[in-house]
Amino acid sequence: MKILVPVKRVVDYNVTVRVKADGSGVETANVKMSMNPFDEIANEEAIRLKEAGNATEVVAVSIGEAKAQETLRTAMAMGADRAIHVATDARTDTELQPLAVAKLLRAVVEREQPDLVLMGKQAIDDDSNQTGQMLAALLGWPQATFASKVAVDDGGLEVTREIDAGLERVAVKLPAIVTTDLRLNEPRYASLPNIMKAKKKPIDQLGPEELGVETSPRLTYVRVEEPPKRQGGVRVADIDELLTKLKTEAGVI
Amino acid sequence: MAEVLVVAEHDNAKLDKATLHAVGAGAQMGGVTVLVAGHGAGGVAEAAAAVDGVAKVVHVDDAMYENPVAEDLAALVVAMAEGYDVIAGGSSTFGKNLMPRVAALLDVAQISDVVEILGDDTFKRFIYAGNALATVKTVDAKKVITVRTTAFPPAAESGGAATVETIQAVAPTELARFLGREVSASERPELTSARVVVSGGRGLGSGENFAVVEGLADQLGAAVGASRAAVDAGYVPNDYQVGQTGKIVAPELYIAVGISGAIQHLAGMKDSKIIVAINKDEEAPIFQVADYGLVGDLFQLVPQLTDALKQSKAA
Ligand SMILES: Cc1cc2nc3c(=O)[nH]c(=O)nc-3n(C[C@H](O)[C@H](O)[C@H](O)COP(=O)(O)OP(=O)(O)OC[C@H]3O[C@@H](n4cnc5c(N)ncnc54)[C@H](O)[C@@H]3O)c2cc1C
Repeated sequence: MKILVPVKRVVDYNVTVRVKADGSGVETANVKMSMNPFDEIANEEAIRLKEAGNATEVVAVSIGEAKAQETLRTAMAMGADRAIHVATDARTDTELQPLAVAKLLRAVVEREQPDLVLMGKQAIDDDSNQTGQMLAALLGWPQATFASKVAVDDGGLEVTREIDAGLERVAVKLPAIVTTDLRLNEPRYASLPNIMKAKKKPIDQLGPEELGVETSPRLTYVRVEEPPKRQGGVRVADIDELLTKLKTEAGVI
Repeated sequence: MAEVLVVAEHDNAKLDKATLHAVGAGAQMGGVTVLVAGHGAGGVAEAAAAVDGVAKVVHVDDAMYENPVAEDLAALVVAMAEGYDVIAGGSSTFGKNLMPRVAALLDVAQISDVVEILGDDTFKRFIYAGNALATVKTVDAKKVITVRTTAFPPAAESGGAATVETIQAVAPTELARFLGREVSASERPELTSARVVVSGGRGLGSGENFAVVEGLADQLGAAVGASRAAVDAGYVPNDYQVGQTGKIVAPELYIAVGISGAIQHLAGMKDSKIIVAINKDEEAPIFQVADYGLVGDLFQLVPQLTDALKQSKAA
């Protein structure tokens, strides 16, 4: 089984993002960037499938500016075998949108012919939670979203999904798309030797034009603003004071 | 006026609350039709027809839709999409799973987790874990959206008198099969619609210790939530997680116990009316959003609060 893992370079989850004063977006210059955490989980799962003998090759793909290659190096340092960089100057948090990403990925899938695409359920910048489902739709493949467990059985996968009511199990045929939730695994840190090795692994470069995909945005970001800030309140000394405040001031109990 | 199709979420017995919120949002955009695809779900179709603001219910009964997979449900929605300008659902795991597939099959953008409808093509939604609020305008003629349930009041469950039309199922895709579901059974109110939520974090230290949170929740008739750290550590099931990548809640009262207040957690609860934080670290960021902060050991304070509530009830 060959696995394709899309990985996105996003503002690190620990960074408190700042909205630009002109309302055009979020400040990403000189901000720490990392691999989207859900994609790390996807990459980890792909590598584990390979280590368990269920997969033969793990190919990471990233769509974005030149620095997306750093993210691909990280994916390969974790254990992906090779990588594909689809270069674009469009901002990947707002201008290059899920439908366009899904179309680019479809073109990559058509070239690479993977049996499984393992990807994050959501990118923590635009918080859309769409690309995996869209890619599955465009390819006419099944989708097992929000996975917390992936088991290979003959000709398909049995996936446990995190849903609002608890857990759900589905069986999907291959080829398929699986999107990862937080509990699927704990991604490894790349070791120094593996980081060195990853520098020698190949990155193929492609452009959206080569892939023949139209990527213009469907959504215009009219304005990006800072949400109303919540005012911090007061400290209470003890439970009695808390109860009094909740009853008389807040009126919620 | 726009024609809006709301895809109902249900368990063949009961219409989910998320659908009522989606109808509430849909009614801001136009006339609402509700699609009820299920098996033996005639009662749900009737319940949907009684919802205030619903003009029409389309009911499809087939064994395939008893526990439908997104592949089959999306095929059905797409088959009936032609007559509608807007296709909407709640931003639940059901809606998040289904709607992007529908949108891609229609070759349109999907707009996730809408918190405000500004016009027939313009919407507000949060990005970056709630740190930025974006106004987006779509060029697509057909809009496929999911709505944040806490941002739109639910439509009333009665007052409507919609007609129910029955249509045929579409061919199964045979791509995926539902195998089973483990639903966390609870007598407590549902997390996303509860009036009071008590959430516990890593500070609880173990699953057994969560009894402290549950005791307080029982006194308040509250739902129980959790931080990601508490879920990851296995203290409570995944469906308790509140936050950017879990559930969004906005109760009248949110009590955060042993939760530090990471931005990803705040994203899920900062629209609560009143926030109380109990944490032993006075520097914990949760205090920056709390209306009432209490610094101290949760294992002392929470039982005290529970007892005090018990006594004031008895008095
Ligand atoms: C991609 C991604 C998505 C995420 N999504 C979510 C999400 O949806 N929801 C979410 O919650 N998090 C999410 N997180 C995780 C988030 O970043 C934090 O790690 C998490 O919220 C921390 O949980 P916590 O506050 O319970 O734990 P900690 O940060 O460890 O805080 C524990 C707190 O308990 C206090 N405490 C300890 N003992 C006691 C005691 N005896 N009495 C009183 N106080 C005590 C401590 O002072 C501390 O403040 C996500 C992270 C990533 C990377």
